[in-house]
Amino acid sequence: MSKTSPDTTTNDVAEILQQKFPDSIHPDDREGYSGIVVSPDSLVEVAQSIRDDFRYNLLTSLSYVDYIDEDFFEVVYHAYDTVKGGPALNFKARTPRSQATLPSLTGVWPSANLQEREAWDLMGIHFTGHPNLKRLLTWEGFEGHPLRKDWKEPFYEEDKKPFKSRWPEGRPDRAESRLPYGMNVQYPPGFTPDGWSPEGESALYDSLSTPMTGSGVDVQAIKTDQLVVNMGPQHPSTHGVFRMAVTLDGETITRLEPVVGYLHRNHEKIGERNTYLGNMPYTDRLDYICSMSNNLAYAMTIEKMMGQEVPERAELLRVLVVELTRIVNHFWLIGFLLNDLGAFFTPALYAILERELIVDLFEALTGSRMMCNYMRFGGVAYDLPPYIGGPAVKPGDKARHMDTMKFIKDLVYERLPRAIDQLDNFLTQNEVLVSRCKGVGILPPEAAVACGVTGPVLRASGVPYDIRRSDPYSIYNELDFDVAVRYNCDTYDRYLIRLDEIRQSLRILEQIIPGLEATEGQEYWAGKRGYNVRVPTGEHYGHADNPKGELGFYVVSDGTANPYRYHIRAPSLINITALEEMCRGLKVADSVVILGSLDIVLGELDR
Amino acid sequence: MYGLGIIKGLGITIKHFANTYVEDFKQGIKRYTAEDRFTARQGLEAQGLFTVQYPEEKIAVPERFRYIPFLVVNDDDHPDAPGQPWCTSCGICSKVCPPQCIWIVRSTDPETGRPKPEPQEFYIDIDICMNCGYCAEFCPFDAIKMDHDYEISSYDRTSAHIYDLQKLTKPLSYWRTIAPTRAEEERTAREAKEAAKAEKAKK
Repeated sequence: MSKTSPDTTTNDVAEILQQKFPDSIHPDDREGYSGIVVSPDSLVEVAQSIRDDFRYNLLTSLSYVDYIDEDFFEVVYHAYDTVKGGPALNFKARTPRSQATLPSLTGVWPSANLQEREAWDLMGIHFTGHPNLKRLLTWEGFEGHPLRKDWKEPFYEEDKKPFKSRWPEGRPDRAESRLPYGMNVQYPPGFTPDGWSPEGESALYDSLSTPMTGSGVDVQAIKTDQLVVNMGPQHPSTHGVFRMAVTLDGETITRLEPVVGYLHRNHEKIGERNTYLGNMPYTDRLDYICSMSNNLAYAMTIEKMMGQEVPERAELLRVLVVELTRIVNHFWLIGFLLNDLGAFFTPALYAILERELIVDLFEALTGSRMMCNYMRFGGVAYDLPPYIGGPAVKPGDKARHMDTMKFIKDLVYERLPRAIDQLDNFLTQNEVLVSRCKGVGILPPEAAVACGVTGPVLRASGVPYDIRRSDPYSIYNELDFDVAVRYNCDTYDRYLIRLDEIRQSLRILEQIIPGLEATEGQEYWAGKRGYNVRVPTGEHYGHADNPKGELGFYVVSDGTANPYRYHIRAPSLINITALEEMCRGLKVADSVVILGSLDIVLGELDR
Repeated sequence: MYGLGIIKGLGITIKHFANTYVEDFKQGIKRYTAEDRFTARQGLEAQGLFTVQYPEEKIAVPERFRYIPFLVVNDDDHPDAPGQPWCTSCGICSKVCPPQCIWIVRSTDPETGRPKPEPQEFYIDIDICMNCGYCAEFCPFDAIKMDHDYEISSYDRTSAHIYDLQKLTKPLSYWRTIAPTRAEEERTAREAKEAAKAEKAKK
């Protein structure tokens, strides 16, 4: 039922831009493609015009595609207007494969910073003018650029799944047994592993040892030593394997650089090997707390490309599970934020008590508590089960039998409001929380937008930008809810906005329940329920407002059963662009709290 | 006032702690043994302890629960073909499997050399399996189903984690035990399909 709004404004902008820069812009007229192609020489100038003259102030996504047959790389930018909303302005730049160089847009939008590093790392596109162009996700000694189409991974079998070796003559083959330890490593000629120190590592410390100018911290006035401290990657306060290399002056942070990639598995390369449907369970593993939301964003992207309609009941079920997921995520965040403040796990356990029941519902509905794999192209995999529970089979099994609709109503009308009021009551005025969070980690709205921060963190900085409103998808334009927004831009507001968003989600759920009852027994999965999905040639950037921010999928189809390009705009990654800005001048302990309030999940950040 | 938050916080912990014992005292051993009390313990009006005492207590998993797949075969008391696998080795499961963890060798008739609708060998590498459930969802013969047995730890992953035909095989009666309603729905659907086929053949 997704309603496509006529994006006349974006087309107008593209036309005006073409009149303004007649020599350097031409429309992308390949079939199934949209947007404009900008020549690299005037890319920065055009980008500035897009930002200043047309007010597309938020560069959300920077995707990159290897068109190996045409022999060029294409970098695709999607810019949004946070004030007016509406669809993206999509502009592209091309560069030959042999000499892949493009001007960096970090000067126009700082949000390009980490994304350009990622593009350099995975695709090998050099961005001139980038302040810190190092590998981001792979390690410093990595050979090659893995997302190039001619790069093959270890244990490479075939370009596309399904592999021919599985059937009809399929005998199992443990890849690791073919390559015993020791034979598994190939060194480039002239390289000795002993006595090698990674280049990027020393570059990291070098960059940290030069104090920032104009950072607001006067480190020159007092004669002190600068100390570099590595926080993480193995530390519970970093919420996974995340590392912050922090330069300290006394206990004051002068520089901070996030070091990521410890959980990198090249999800996008796996995605390009997979079939379209085969990627659905992989999206569960991005932000593993919010698998339903990831499913939805991916399903909507592919449905849009296929032109597949979704029945009403499926939309209702989707909104139901996605909003419950948002509540789960925010409960976790509140619990973990208190962990970071030193209240070890007691608040977290109370916060996730109701979450337990929500995942019980997910388990009965989809078969799995966290890796839900629930959405399909054209609907959802299952309708609501009549009851929650199962037969007692094993010794010790306790059978439950709870009516599903009653269970959902109890959750939405009784338990969740009660739980959120309880948290609010015990935590919001708590003096430890207030004194550690109020006024800490200020992220001004302009900086937040420039850094590409999205989701609750952006809204806590006073920017009421919510994709559910600005570029509505699913049935959100028929639902009555407010975009939660807070104006103090500090950690305390980032805590409060989570409470606000849970309350708004409950409002949405209350509107969903009558619809669910009215559509009982209706179709929940339209279209051909096949596993071999055909997607017409073209590109599409689909996005959704996930609990952590804007999750985007940029998918390019070449008409075959596997995506040609499958890029993910991970909110967790792009939100940490603002981390240094927020932490500078504060104490080490504050950086932990600020990171906690940013809400990152490494499964998605490192991909 | 400073310290108030800490007292309030401690208060809620003490309340939960004490309530557990108050409920234990009120309800006695029945709180943990009686069938219906388990649901009530996590219900809307519940007080005190919320957690489940694993492994003494386990929450019975719902019918749709999905873990490592297994292959359905006829029950041992089947009149015609006891132990006959339902799998026809059509290979759809191995094609749809996202991490490609299913290996199938198709049987061939030794006399004619033609393929037989039966697997000769069937392997699932459970280290690779991501429990997505596609194999069961897209199997046209209801021959592969997702298991409910989640306690499968072993001492050696290199030898014990590639399941072969023998280890994957489970009788239909097992599927009926763990998922009674779904098994019944599938049976009705199969019978309807058979009836439609017979009707067509008559004409």
